[in-house]
This record gives sequence, structure tokens and C-alpha cells, in this order.
Amino acid sequence: MQKSLNIDPGKCTGCLQCEMACSLENEGVFNTSKSRIKVFTFHEEGKFVPYTCTQCDEAWCMHACPVDAIVVNSVTGSKDVIADLCVGCKVCTIACPFGTVNYNADSGKVVKCDLCGGDPQCVSACPTNAITYVDANATGLDKMRQWAEKTDNTVGG
Amino acid sequence: MIYVVLGSGPAGVVATEQLRKLDPLAHITMIGSEPEPPYSRMAIPYFLTSKIDESGTYLRKQAKHFADRNIDVVQQRATSIDTENNRVITDDGRVYRYDKLLIATGASPVVPPVPGIDSPGVHNCWTLEDAREIVKLAKPGASVVLMGAGFIGCIILESLALRDVNLTVVEMENRMVPRMMNDVSGNMIKSWCEQKGVSVHTSTRAESIEQIGGGKLRVSLSTGESVDADLVISATGVAPNLGFAADSGLRTDQGIVVNDYLQTSDADIYAAGDVCQGKDFNTGEYSVQAIQPTAVEHAKVAATNMVRGHRTEHVGNVNMNVLDTIGLVSASFGMWMGVPGGESSELVNEKEHKYLNLQFKDDVLVGASSLGLTQHVGVLRGLIQSKTRLGLWKDRLKKDPMRIMEAYLACSQSQVSAALA
Repeated sequence: MQKSLNIDPGKCTGCLQCEMACSLENEGVFNTSKSRIKVFTFHEEGKFVPYTCTQCDEAWCMHACPVDAIVVNSVTGSKDVIADLCVGCKVCTIACPFGTVNYNADSGKVVKCDLCGGDPQCVSACPTNAITYVDANATGLDKMRQWAEKTDNTVGG
Repeated sequence: MIYVVLGSGPAGVVATEQLRKLDPLAHITMIGSEPEPPYSRMAIPYFLTSKIDESGTYLRKQAKHFADRNIDVVQQRATSIDTENNRVITDDGRVYRYDKLLIATGASPVVPPVPGIDSPGVHNCWTLEDAREIVKLAKPGASVVLMGAGFIGCIILESLALRDVNLTVVEMENRMVPRMMNDVSGNMIKSWCEQKGVSVHTSTRAESIEQIGGGKLRVSLSTGESVDADLVISATGVAPNLGFAADSGLRTDQGIVVNDYLQTSDADIYAAGDVCQGKDFNTGEYSVQAIQPTAVEHAKVAATNMVRGHRTEHVGNVNMNVLDTIGLVSASFGMWMGVPGGESSELVNEKEHKYLNLQFKDDVLVGASSLGLTQHVGVLRGLIQSKTRLGLWKDRLKKDPMRIMEAYLACSQSQVSAALA
């Protein structure tokens, strides 16, 4: 059974432990600006919402890549950037309708969530279970994917 | 079935793969005119800076990629289409019969009407072969004149700057990247380039190029000045490769005219990519977008319709671009220039070269342009293409356009809107 990140914004306290864990795992430093998961702040409502790649089936980023540098991970189903092949053209960053593939000027490559290869560190770090890693069918993933479908260019087929 | 695909750029390659996926037994031939494995022009700037070697530009990395999929790859130029007998004729006189044909022959640089443009030392920057010539001539300390500060001109600026050449840019319009950036942001890119030591002449045209001996060229400008150069790069725009299609009787306008299934005026022929005048998502009109994501989507839709019949409608692509000009990243989406009766929101930070401009019609985002932003820009495309109603978030975005991700989360994710309620 494929698993995916489930996000329950009602449980998020905005502590940014997920961003710290992501940055440490992927960049080797505690630097929230380098995190692939981001906690968005809603001042007016006093709420926080963590958000990252939904590993959508449409994989806009993967199809837009001109040099075949984004591939499906056959174990987790995540769409992974192969850094050695990425030239840093950024086409994927405008193609992704979720805004979850981003350019890292330091490396000259793009970065995105790869589910840490199946052991997402944001989940381990979250103290309130706002982020969990569960069977894909049990998550709000389908709701998130509706967004992808709304953005889909084709009807039928 | 016999499918022939003309062109081996992104549209041609994706189309052959989609044809194979949907029709495992078909005979598929891809005919491309360049003597290289299929490669991406998008990657050429990174080849110029030596970030990648030539193989890094290849669209598919496995040498046997096409053979493994039983796709025949032919390196010849198609010269004509015999639409009555469903045959393509190539330069070497060979004939390829088809049941369905896809034309994905892309675009070529336009030659500006400047005396001396055919002199040795004047090059386009379009093909891998062009790039090899530029690498030879753009040595450290060389003087280089770049004609045109559009998308292609700007994206190779960085490659040239990193090669430590003395660079002069000449652009006819009043700003850089005029088809992607407005006056404010286009001139912010100009000031950025000038800070990096590039000489930028806007509202200026090159009037003539003459050979002055020693391999040097003298470029005379409309301002009365002249610049001596070791290399002149002509990047004044591209135009669809459709001459042979028109000669074959297909309907053409800016590009090859297609219907909403990407079928041309000949029932057995489809078109995709830079040569195709496909539907624009925002305007509903048909235009040549000449961008990678559109080429790939055209290819998938066209190939699907070629195999399955007309069950997949092409609903139009959002025109969008992303560009890196010596480290300053810019992006534009949809109706970035605004629409009649629309509203806009703008953030300008000239000092840090940051800019964000949002364009609304009613409470829907219809266009955007940005400078200096690298995080979450794709959501601008998502908001435009999903026609998400922004409600009270429109006013919030008019106050602070940087809150695009929050607007998207609040307006499109039901779990989020529930949590915020």
C-alpha cells in the first residue's frame, strides 16, 4: 500500500520542528529556509498550515523537465529530483501548480520533497501529529489531488 | 498503424513515447534534422557555462532509449509532405509512408535585416552546433555583442558573463525581455545586468556589421556609437519552421493552424510544439507559445488523439516562462500584462531586485510576473489555471501580493479552509 503525508492543519502549533528536521535531513543544517516542507502562517485566523509536495499523479514537474532529471521512486511513489542531471533551468518550478518544487540558488538545482525515501523526518519531528505518514487512501490526498485535476489540461482521454 | 513524427525536440520525443504507450504494435518513426541525439535547447546555457557536457543536454539519457521502445530515429530533414498519398520525403530522397503524421518541427532563429548579418563571427545561439561555435569564440577577454535581450538573449547572458567576456547587449525595445516583463521589471533586469558589468543599450538597434580585419567585427548602433567585437550573437527571436508544411497545402498562420484536437487542416496530420498555433488558456485564441511545457502537453494530447480518435480535447495552455539572467530569476504567467477592467497588485523592491505583480479579473488571478522570487512561484500557474475564486483573499493579496501560498491554501484546500473557519 502506498503511503503519503497527511496534514491536519488544526493540530499544527507553528513550532517549525518539521522544517528543522527536513533541513537537517536534506541539507545537513538546521535552517528553516532550506526546508522542503513549509509552515504557512495565517495571522488573521491565528493558524498554521504545513504544506509540501503531494507526489501528485500528474507529476507536472516530471513531465516539464527537459533533461529527464525527475523520476518516480518505485518504492515510495515520490517524484525525485536527480541532482546530477538537473541543470537548474527551473521549468518545473513554474509547471508545478502547487508551488512545491523550488530553486536552490546555492546548489543551482531544484529541490522538492522525496518523502526522505520512505521515512519522512517531518513526521518524526512533529510533536502534535499534525503531519502523519499513512496509507494513501486514508488521507486527504484525494482532496489535494482535485487541485491537480482542476489544473489538468486535458478533458477525458 | 504507421506513425511518423517530424522533429526530435521535446514535442517529438514525448509524442513518440505516448504513441508507443498507447499503441504497442505500431510502427513509429521520428525524423529529426540535426546530427545529434535528441537534446534540449533549454539546457544549452548550462552547456555554455560547462555546468554540463553535451550529453547533459540530451532529452533521454539512455543511449538505447528509443531502440528499447522500438522507435526508429532518422537524422534527415523532411523536405515535403505528399498529403494525397500520406508520404513524407526527406533530404536524401527517402520516402516514409504514414497513417498519421505529427509535425513537431519547432522554430528557427529569425535573421534580422541588418547588413553584414551573414559575416563570419556572427552566430545564433539555438543549436548545439551554434553553442560549440560560441564556446570557441567567447574566450575570456573577448568582446561580444549580443543582439536581442529577449528570453534567449537573457538566458545566455549569464553563460557569457561567466566566460569573462566584455559584453554589450543591444535591444530594440525600451526594456529587457519585453514579451515577459513590463516596464518596471524589465528595467530592473537592465539595472541588474549593468551592476554586473554588462553594457545594455535598450531602444537601440544594430544598423550594420562590418568586418574590420583580424577577425574583428564592428557593430554600428542606431545611437551613432559603434562596438568592436570578436563575436556577435544574433538572438532577435525565433519563428516556426512551417515553410514545407505550407508548401504541402496545410493551413498556416503564425504557426500551423490546428483544431481543439491539435489536428491540422489535413485529417491525418497533427501538429505540436513551437510550430503549432494552439489554443491559449487565458485568451481562448490560437497562438504560437513556443515554450517547453506547452510543447510537451501538445505532444501528449496530439499523440493520444492520433491513436484513440478525438476523445482528448486540448483546452489551452497558460503561457508562462522562467528565466535566469545572471542569477536574477524572473517568471511570467498568463495575462501578466493585465486585462481590460481588471485589477492589479504590485510589490516593488528596486534595491533588492525583487518584484511581484498580480493581475486579477473579478476575484480570479489571470496573470502574474515576478523577479527575484524562487519559492512557490508555480502556485501562480495553479491559481490561474484552476480559476480559483479568491474571495476575501483578493483584497489581502492587493495589500500583500507575497501571500500567494496562503491564498492558495485557504481558497483551494478544504482541510485548510475548514481549519481556518
